[in-house]
Amino acid sequence: MSSAALIDLLQLILLTITTVVVMVVAGFKRDHGLINAVTQSGLMAALFVFVFIEPTTPLQVTPLLIFDEYSLFFANLSIIGGIGVSAMAYPYFEKHHQYNEEFYMLVLCGTLGGVVMAASNHFVSFFIGMELVSISLYALIAYPLHNAKPAKAPLEAAVKYLIMSGIASAVLLFGMALVYAMAGSFEFRALAAATSAVEAGYQPVILVGYLLMLAGVAFKLSLVPFHMWTPDVYEGAPLPVTAFLATVSKAGMIAVAMRLLLNAQAFNFGEITVVLSLLAAASMLFGNLLALMQSNIKRMLAYSSIAHLGYLLVVVIAAAAVPDLLSVEGMSYYMSAYFLMSLGGFAVVSALSTAEKELDHLLDFQGLFWRNPWLAAVMITVLLSLAGIPLTAGFIGKFYIFTTGVEGQLWFLLTMLIIGSAIGLYYYLRLIYTMLQDPNPALRDDPAKQSLPAGLHLVMAAMVLAILYLGVYPTPFIETLQSLAGAF
Amino acid sequence: MILVWLMVILFAGGVGAWLAESSGSEHPRAVALAALLLDLFLVVLMLVAPDSMGLGAVDTVAQLGQRGDWLVLFQSDWIPRFGVSFIFGVDGLGLMLVALTVFLGLMALGAAWGEIHERSGFFYFNLLWTLAGVIGVFTALDLFLFFFFWEIMLIPMYFIIAIWGHENKEYAAMKFFIFTQVSGLLMLLSILLLVYFHYTSTNVLTFSYFQLLGTQLPASLGYWVMLGFFIAFATKLPAVPVHNWLPDAHSQAPTAGSVILAGVLLKTGAYGLIRFTIPLFPEASAQFAPIAMTLGAISILYTAKVAFGQSDLKRLIAYTSVSHMGFVLLGVYAWNAQALQGAVMTMLAHGFSAAALFMLAGGLQHRIHTRDMDQMGGFWGVAPQMAFMAMFFTVAAVGMPGLGNFVGEFLVLLGSFQVSHTITAFAALGLVVAAVYSLIVIQKVFFGKNQHNHRMADLSGMEFLCFSLMMIGLIWMGMYPQTMLDMAQPTLESLNVAFNP
Repeated sequence: MSSAALIDLLQLILLTITTVVVMVVAGFKRDHGLINAVTQSGLMAALFVFVFIEPTTPLQVTPLLIFDEYSLFFANLSIIGGIGVSAMAYPYFEKHHQYNEEFYMLVLCGTLGGVVMAASNHFVSFFIGMELVSISLYALIAYPLHNAKPAKAPLEAAVKYLIMSGIASAVLLFGMALVYAMAGSFEFRALAAATSAVEAGYQPVILVGYLLMLAGVAFKLSLVPFHMWTPDVYEGAPLPVTAFLATVSKAGMIAVAMRLLLNAQAFNFGEITVVLSLLAAASMLFGNLLALMQSNIKRMLAYSSIAHLGYLLVVVIAAAAVPDLLSVEGMSYYMSAYFLMSLGGFAVVSALSTAEKELDHLLDFQGLFWRNPWLAAVMITVLLSLAGIPLTAGFIGKFYIFTTGVEGQLWFLLTMLIIGSAIGLYYYLRLIYTMLQDPNPALRDDPAKQSLPAGLHLVMAAMVLAILYLGVYPTPFIETLQSLAGAF
Repeated sequence: MILVWLMVILFAGGVGAWLAESSGSEHPRAVALAALLLDLFLVVLMLVAPDSMGLGAVDTVAQLGQRGDWLVLFQSDWIPRFGVSFIFGVDGLGLMLVALTVFLGLMALGAAWGEIHERSGFFYFNLLWTLAGVIGVFTALDLFLFFFFWEIMLIPMYFIIAIWGHENKEYAAMKFFIFTQVSGLLMLLSILLLVYFHYTSTNVLTFSYFQLLGTQLPASLGYWVMLGFFIAFATKLPAVPVHNWLPDAHSQAPTAGSVILAGVLLKTGAYGLIRFTIPLFPEASAQFAPIAMTLGAISILYTAKVAFGQSDLKRLIAYTSVSHMGFVLLGVYAWNAQALQGAVMTMLAHGFSAAALFMLAGGLQHRIHTRDMDQMGGFWGVAPQMAFMAMFFTVAAVGMPGLGNFVGEFLVLLGSFQVSHTITAFAALGLVVAAVYSLIVIQKVFFGKNQHNHRMADLSGMEFLCFSLMMIGLIWMGMYPQTMLDMAQPTLESLNVAFNP
């Protein structure tokens, strides 16, 4: 293996080493602060080695992984997610929970899965990455289980996720098998040529394979109608894990799915565009409609994430009609914006919560703006960004969707997007309004007044600054994204 | 560059006001006053000595290759990926509206001076940011930038209504936001379609207003794209089918909020129609003009009738606003020199008279804690100064010759008469109905018996000053409208006032 390949693998290697170190250290000394520090420094190191990686020429390392700017970008996104989740987990579990150390090991494993998916251009690495994320999540969701008084019902959520996700993986695997049986290749790019070489009579089998894979992916991305698990699992999981579910697991999946669609030229099957459009339209509409009825913030954010992945899908669908360049760029932008918003939003809820008591009801936020202006300001920025208001990253993201949608002439989807956004405004504004109301006088020991570790403040500040920066002066970031598309 | 400073001062002043609250709840208003006075100084400088501002502007004007007299221009790249740049500029029309914004900002400050004591830092922050957003709207000449400010001005206004509003503020704030935001998304879609077609035909990706002028769209599509713009602006104006956010927002907003809403925010809709909708889509607009003029006439008559039925003083004034903005819609779509001049005059005069009336209504509510006119009566004896001011501004709003509103409405009717006799005849009825509902207000509130024995203080010094300034403005507009007509003239000429529907 060449040294260039080793450098490219450095992020994966560092994450793996950190996982092992955490495991070993926890075996000798159970110290929450220490483990958290080790995890954070491991993740930071893995994030900052990207300076040494020069991915301008894509490099295939083993048949399984490809390293290019696209993979590097999504790997970094996953690692940032891991950092955010670890920062949230520390105040959340400290004091109220006994054995916290394995939690970080699982987060590291999950992040590793995200990085693998980002670099995957092969069915095997796709599946390995996906399962790394999923299996970590089974345990992460159920993590507060041995706590005497867990805040939510983690067992229910974990079992639900285990069963549903298991089925989705099986469906995805079956789809891969069908495609492989006909095309005889696991490698995305080779699939394109192999597919066109298959006799016309057998083409439908490949199509069915793709559609089954699509169902599996749609489950992991929680697109309507594969979304049933999302609100329950989001609500039942401990908050840092919910943040992980909403960010890292989604980013890796969308990255690999986009690569598969473009490299294998799956859009040659017109049916895929149709199915994707239906998924997108249903997600935008039902995600927003159902979010309207929630009074629990976690459930509301769960449904809102369904809607946002529906928006994201519009850009992906446009890839069938517009140049890949614009579509990949738009998808990466929207994913980054969504990532920042979700992480910021869950960080605020998490800051108010502990493993024993989660303040995730709408009424818990009443008057937050006057009780703790900083937390409320973060939340308002996030919500305005989710609603797509200018000055925030969400606006430029929505602008990308509109641009690609107009160029791809997706009128139906754009109509759904406008309807969905209109509904979305209502519940985002309702939460903002609740925060602006006068504080509830019955609220005694106010959790908004407790002090938080600097790490969490740092994460929130970073998210807010990034959201505003990307909204006000996106040019440098866009230039980076433009080079991503070179991978295709 | 001076235009950018206008906004920077307000943005920074807003932040400063918020920070100043920690040192005393009266400090934010002083900071806000300082920022607004500084802006006023700059605006006056631009009005009095425009030559001193145009340093280097001439070159940029030549590069952009547009027509008309631009006093101040600023250009810089923003997001080259999408051909988006900062282009700010004012011509006579824009400058008058900017001046109106800053002036009414000061009036709103005067209204809030004695009223807002709670959370004053955040209040003045929002007030100044709204004004900055509005100035952005009046000066942006890049469609992306325009849309950006169009949305920016909403959020602080939402906060003003949602935090300092009256009993039904949640509903009103939400309705206001959703109406404007959704219509804004339609406009965004239209902007993108326009840019996309310009791109496919010329291979230049740009959002610049000057370059997009004259883009040829396929005829059927052009109509729809135009409609996207029209709906957004008509919602803001507002015109009849999409007007019903306004009575709620106005009646629930605090006084300063109502002043800004009625005086300034409504004008952004009219400005958008004059600056963007018609020049960008002349053919589609000509085709649409009869419908728009009919909508204008319906707005005038229908909302005047609804106003007559209100017992809530602020709601009544809100409906009369819609009625007066109907004249603007009528005048804009008649699209000849007189009607357009009239529309501009109505915008300015209505800005003054509506702002003053909302300040009076707000002042009354602050004193007797109700807006219900059935609870009022006989206030002439209790507060004679206030009653005199109310009389003056009501008469102005009705369109008494010698005051600004008369000039505007008269010119609109004169212009639109050349286009359609029928519509103009109906619209003119609006003047009669206006007299009826206005007299009702005066009679119910200031004459008759003071049944509930309300005692209240007469105008404070600050209020008296504000009202006097607005009074002088209206008299000037009525007696010597030539000042304003001359300023608007070059703008209107450059807009190709030629098409005849």
